[in-house]
Amino acid sequence: MGLRLDNVWHRYGRLTVVRDVHLAVPPGEVACLLGPSGCGKTTLLRLAAGLEPLARGRIVIGGQTVAEGTPSFSLPPEARRVGLMFQDYALFPHLTVGENVTFGLPRRAERRAWVMGALQRMGLAAVAGSYPHMLSGGQAQRCALLRALAPDPQALLLDEPFSGLDVTRRAQVREQTLAFLRESGIATLIVTHDPEEAMFMADRLWIMNEGAIVQAGVPAEIYLRPTNAFVAGLFGPLNRLDAEVREGRVETPLGPLDAGNLPDSSRVRVLIRPEGLRVSPATQGQGRVVTARLLGRCSHLRIAVAGAPELLQALVPRVLLPEEGTPVAIEIDADQAFVFAAE
Amino acid sequence: MAEVRERVSPGALARSAADSVRKVGPDCWSGAALCISALVTVPLAGVVWLALFPTDGIWSHLASTVLPQYLRTTLLLMAAVSGATLVVGVATAWLTTLCDFPGRRICEWALLLPLAVPAYVAAYIYTDLLEFAGPVQVALRELFGWTSRRDYWFPDIRSLPGAAAMLTLVLYPYVYLLARAAFLEQSICVLEVSRTLGRSPWGSFFGVGLPLARPAIVVGVSLVMMETLNDFGTVQHFAVSTLTAGVYDVWLNMSSTAGAAQLSLVMLGLVLGLIAMERLGRRSRRFHHTTYRWRPVPRRSLRGGDGIFACAACVLPIILGFAVPAGVLIDYTLRSSHRFGGRFWTYLWNSLTLSSLAALLAVATGLLLCYTVRLGGGPIVTTAVRLASIGYALPGAVLAVGIVVPFALFDNALDRLLRDSIGISTGLLLSGSLTTLVFAYTIRFLALAQGACDAGLSKITPRMDGAARSLGLAPGAMLVRIHLPMLRTSLLTAAILVFVDGMKELPMTVLLRPFNFETLATHVYQYASHDQFEQSAPGALAIVAFGMLPVYLLSRTIAAGRPDQRG
Repeated sequence: MGLRLDNVWHRYGRLTVVRDVHLAVPPGEVACLLGPSGCGKTTLLRLAAGLEPLARGRIVIGGQTVAEGTPSFSLPPEARRVGLMFQDYALFPHLTVGENVTFGLPRRAERRAWVMGALQRMGLAAVAGSYPHMLSGGQAQRCALLRALAPDPQALLLDEPFSGLDVTRRAQVREQTLAFLRESGIATLIVTHDPEEAMFMADRLWIMNEGAIVQAGVPAEIYLRPTNAFVAGLFGPLNRLDAEVREGRVETPLGPLDAGNLPDSSRVRVLIRPEGLRVSPATQGQGRVVTARLLGRCSHLRIAVAGAPELLQALVPRVLLPEEGTPVAIEIDADQAFVFAAE
Repeated sequence: MAEVRERVSPGALARSAADSVRKVGPDCWSGAALCISALVTVPLAGVVWLALFPTDGIWSHLASTVLPQYLRTTLLLMAAVSGATLVVGVATAWLTTLCDFPGRRICEWALLLPLAVPAYVAAYIYTDLLEFAGPVQVALRELFGWTSRRDYWFPDIRSLPGAAAMLTLVLYPYVYLLARAAFLEQSICVLEVSRTLGRSPWGSFFGVGLPLARPAIVVGVSLVMMETLNDFGTVQHFAVSTLTAGVYDVWLNMSSTAGAAQLSLVMLGLVLGLIAMERLGRRSRRFHHTTYRWRPVPRRSLRGGDGIFACAACVLPIILGFAVPAGVLIDYTLRSSHRFGGRFWTYLWNSLTLSSLAALLAVATGLLLCYTVRLGGGPIVTTAVRLASIGYALPGAVLAVGIVVPFALFDNALDRLLRDSIGISTGLLLSGSLTTLVFAYTIRFLALAQGACDAGLSKITPRMDGAARSLGLAPGAMLVRIHLPMLRTSLLTAAILVFVDGMKELPMTVLLRPFNFETLATHVYQYASHDQFEQSAPGALAIVAFGMLPVYLLSRTIAAGRPDQRG
């Protein structure tokens, strides 16, 4: 049940944009597909909805195969029982909010009662007679979400659902949407390029790059145990050090790190998140402060360290504004530092 | 597949039977679009076939006698008209978009008015005004005391320059419209930069403004040249032997359809050149479009002599192209003894029926074609649909030749078949019938409908389709429930454009109309060719009045664009 993609491929002309994707979202789960723009994640949504022809593989929605590459078989979008919400909502401008939401319902449907209740709960009952251009961003978003959910689909696909909202409203709408999705118990796949949003929304996170899934897991696992440099880099800029493995350890200018199962004397790249550097002023420190800025909740420091190819960046969760040139001691938080074989 | 079927519910199975052959594209739509495109290209095939495999080959005769003359006259006329419309259209567009002078607001839309006057009506009117016995020469003679033709020189209106002047007067709005849009789109920054770099206003116009607008102007001029090639009434009246006049002459006076087809083929060559030129213009236009951000235009104020000159330059084309013809027509109509008597109402009814039928058919067909492409028809469908719009580029006379021949073949074949099988003679079923004429109009004006439908559809984001499909609508239902309500205005515009062009249409109607069937246009043409134009003035006035409809629509878009220009 829910949504399942098996061995899915897609090409535009000669360009392969989706390669060998396996992905499953059980009912009641919210999955996020995270990746940079152009990585093929929106194409994957369109494939699932039936808006693009499938080149290879199989798509199963609610236990029913809706598309298969060989032999070529594809149910049209209207027969798939998927809800789809676009980034710009694509509300029908010639219909009212109420008409938009009930658009996908058959004439005499029992779902109408559900729709009325949902309009109430989402605070749209008062604007049910208004036209889309009269709605605020949040209202339009909720209207589009309800419209997609109204026909009781087996799976819900959301394409960058919060990017149209201004930052101040986003957190609130996210929370509301998440609660609503949990309640409806539907399999939901959200496409986003915002890592924070993905971490917040997802029960399970799928990381996509250049058309392929590169890692999948619960958000904390992805954040704390990225399997490659790309995934580690998704959550913000990283400090980079080059080093070599000696007796199962990596010696860095900031101290030793565990090399995992990388072989001895192989070249490695050490990536450390800025929040993974513990900085404290000390006369015997390895680094010297170059700049220090207060960002609000935390302080941002650039530090010169002998042996590091570039300035290190550190995010310290308190007020720490040493003078330029102040020597500082730096420790590495092993949970926020990753060692990968050099490419 | 067997494994798949087990999981599919019975209801979905019935649907999937049809769907499994294709991917996402809709097949019945593509099929219909391909059939229509094939039907629309029949005349084109007809001309080529008839020209290449003639039954009564007079090609060598034509080529050695009249063809060089036809070709030379046609090219001269096209060159003269395009040069003149270029100057008038670009100058008026520049003045009204980037300068301010007394009367600019009115000129902005009034410059479109000459579009309402068919070239042949202008030709008939100016012939009446400027001939030896006309009011202008009479007044001159009285003023200077001349008595005979030998006392003075006066240009002969019934000449190639005369025809060029007539066509320029009514066709320059094409260039004006496109150049105006291009100047408005231009970022004023580039002109300002040019000024700060030391160019004068004129230098900036020739160095920056004009080159940027060039692609749009090329499109406008190629449209003008197509219309010139299509013109029949003016050149016929002025005895200017262009290819169109030649097709008519060879067909009706020399009774050689093959000869007419061969001349048509020569015209097709010219048309292909024009289409290539237009496409090139449009392609580079797209590039300019996205590169420059639009910003309100601060107009340069022209005062004193400059202002009067600018005003005169814009008002003159309006007076000559619209005020004079309209004034004369109203005057004739008021003086006419049986104003709207006689068969006027019959002719009006004929014109209205014919044009409305063509408008309905063209809009329905155009919508179907454009919608099929939108649904994602492959490259074959897209090419076929593009080919279907070729009718607008085909001169009416060529189209007429291309329709007559296949229709006659069809009639004869059907007649023979039915006579042989059930002994009934159908005679000529389609040839010389109203159906033929409606078919011809639809093909000729299909591109107008397609253009309007395309413009309307492109304003609806494809995500709308995605949303509708995922909410359970099949393509047909989606068209009815989503696109049609949003397209209402576009479709109405399309219908009006086709309708009005139908009201004005002359060359095809003359060649294809049923015996004794007159529209307003042929009625006016008939009387004018017997030097009794005055008698048919009410008919001509009606044509001009209907012609004002699209001018009104266009002027409304211009007015709608105005508030944000005030900025």
